[in-house]
Amino acid sequence: MSAASTTEPVAGFDVAKVKADFPLLQQEIKGRPIRFLDSAASSQKPQVVIDAMTTYYETINANVHRGVYAIAEAATNALEASRVRVGRFIGAPNPETEVIFTKNATESLNLVAQSWGRANLGPGDAVLLTQLEHHANIVPWFQLQAEKGFEIRWIPLTDDAQLDLTDIDTLLDGAKILALTAMSNVTGTLTPITELTRKAHDAGALVCLDACQYVPHLTTDLAAMGVDFAAFSGHKMLGPTGIGVLWGREELLDAMPTFLGGGGMILNVTLDGFMPAALPAKFEAGTPPIAEIIGLHAAVDYLDALGMDAVREHEVSITAYAMRSLTERFGDALTIHGPAEPAMRGGVLSLAMEGIHPHDLSQVLDEHAVCVRPGHHCAKPLMKVLGVGATARASFYVYNDTDDVDALADALADAQSFFTF
Amino acid sequence: MPGLEDLYREIILDHYRNPRNRGELETPPATRTEGFNPLCGDEIVVYLDLDDAGVIEDIRIGGTGCSISQSSASMMSAAVKGKTVAEVEALTHAFKAMMSIHESSLDAEGESGEDLPTELPEGVKLGDLEALRGVVKFPVRIKCATLAWNTLAEGITEATDA
Repeated sequence: MSAASTTEPVAGFDVAKVKADFPLLQQEIKGRPIRFLDSAASSQKPQVVIDAMTTYYETINANVHRGVYAIAEAATNALEASRVRVGRFIGAPNPETEVIFTKNATESLNLVAQSWGRANLGPGDAVLLTQLEHHANIVPWFQLQAEKGFEIRWIPLTDDAQLDLTDIDTLLDGAKILALTAMSNVTGTLTPITELTRKAHDAGALVCLDACQYVPHLTTDLAAMGVDFAAFSGHKMLGPTGIGVLWGREELLDAMPTFLGGGGMILNVTLDGFMPAALPAKFEAGTPPIAEIIGLHAAVDYLDALGMDAVREHEVSITAYAMRSLTERFGDALTIHGPAEPAMRGGVLSLAMEGIHPHDLSQVLDEHAVCVRPGHHCAKPLMKVLGVGATARASFYVYNDTDDVDALADALADAQSFFTF
Repeated sequence: MPGLEDLYREIILDHYRNPRNRGELETPPATRTEGFNPLCGDEIVVYLDLDDAGVIEDIRIGGTGCSISQSSASMMSAAVKGKTVAEVEALTHAFKAMMSIHESSLDAEGESGEDLPTELPEGVKLGDLEALRGVVKFPVRIKCATLAWNTLAEGITEATDA
């Protein structure tokens, strides 16, 4: 064990108290306390989220928007209350109409591409992406490009994986939409959303934000950011899997064609065709994930009780501690991809240990009950830019403490001695 | 509980440190086949030189990957060099059977849900490759070990179709 550790203060809130709220984190794996450092993939859930979903099933389980009996009405009310709550959490001006519940952020981004993109893109148009993007904000555009024949352009990166905006005006010339991440899931890079949105709008382009890694970790005010669409997932923000959100400006969503068809999204259906329902039902075909929507409400309540500014403060603090202690301990043998300044990034560290493949590294870490993720993190174009095939990624959230970081460091040292020839 | 020493046997680390038949072959006459592990991003390139009699005259391995995928590729290259396509197919089958004890679906010809026999067909010797037996205790890593073999199979198909 490294001695530096546990007394190091972490700003924000009482992490020990927070950790105690997460049943999964109370267990031991292979005789050691679990060190969960993979929240960028999916976060753990506090007891209140699990309880909210269980209570729904035990007391008001019924389909929404249809039944007239008491529990059906209660379920509908709970769902709509979550919509408004989630909308307030992200600074949506009109949460009742603009917050669309989807399966996950991937579906949200596909909705934008397939609905807005299909109606608005054609030959001669351009879609501007960045080299930081997750496959979920790349592949839907490629899929549509094959059909519509528009151009896809890329904002390049600087050496420390920040957006290189040198040629941004040229790149935006003729672009109809800029689709970009607010925070990279690989390097933690925070992108200059407000500045880019202003430039994009000046050039006549909309902005679609992949906010998957942003909404769970930073105060989000979409209205202030000025973006036109934003997508994120519940399971990365202490909520359940199977629930995602698309937020969009009402006038845009109103004008867009429908996406998935079925029950719930229609105003009328005849033998000749259908009329779509008003927002948000228009984009919510079929029975929604009601329990998950209610679980997301509880997650948002939990995060707000901590305070998103405190969440961010805690993450900057633990990221700084991790970057400092890992660099001191391993020196040049360890590369941490992305911005060097903790305040410029989220709590995501993509690690490269000299001479050890990330897959092997993560295998040794598993022996220490340290959960990190090896691989390309669904960002293969970014991997290519970084000049690696894969990285081992450690990511932090509200329940991580300096003990977790120290356990990571010890496990890395073990891997180093195991693979040193 | 399986330990790291079950996975990272000394002979595996040796092949990882000193990969055999690493490099490229001129194409043509050789064929070049790429294999991807979409989960971890590993990429492997198999260069294959088959003679008219269906014997692997030469083989070279390129690409990047973890110790399991790289050592498996290295051992494979040493094991198949000079063998006929039929012999290589038998060896591949035996290797996959060894890998698939807990995941028989990996073997396209295997009966789903049934454990494959661990005994090798007569005349097939895995040799160094036996060292990879421990991988089956780490199911996530089976795909690392089989990547080179699947790529080789594709390469043989390409070379024989050509």
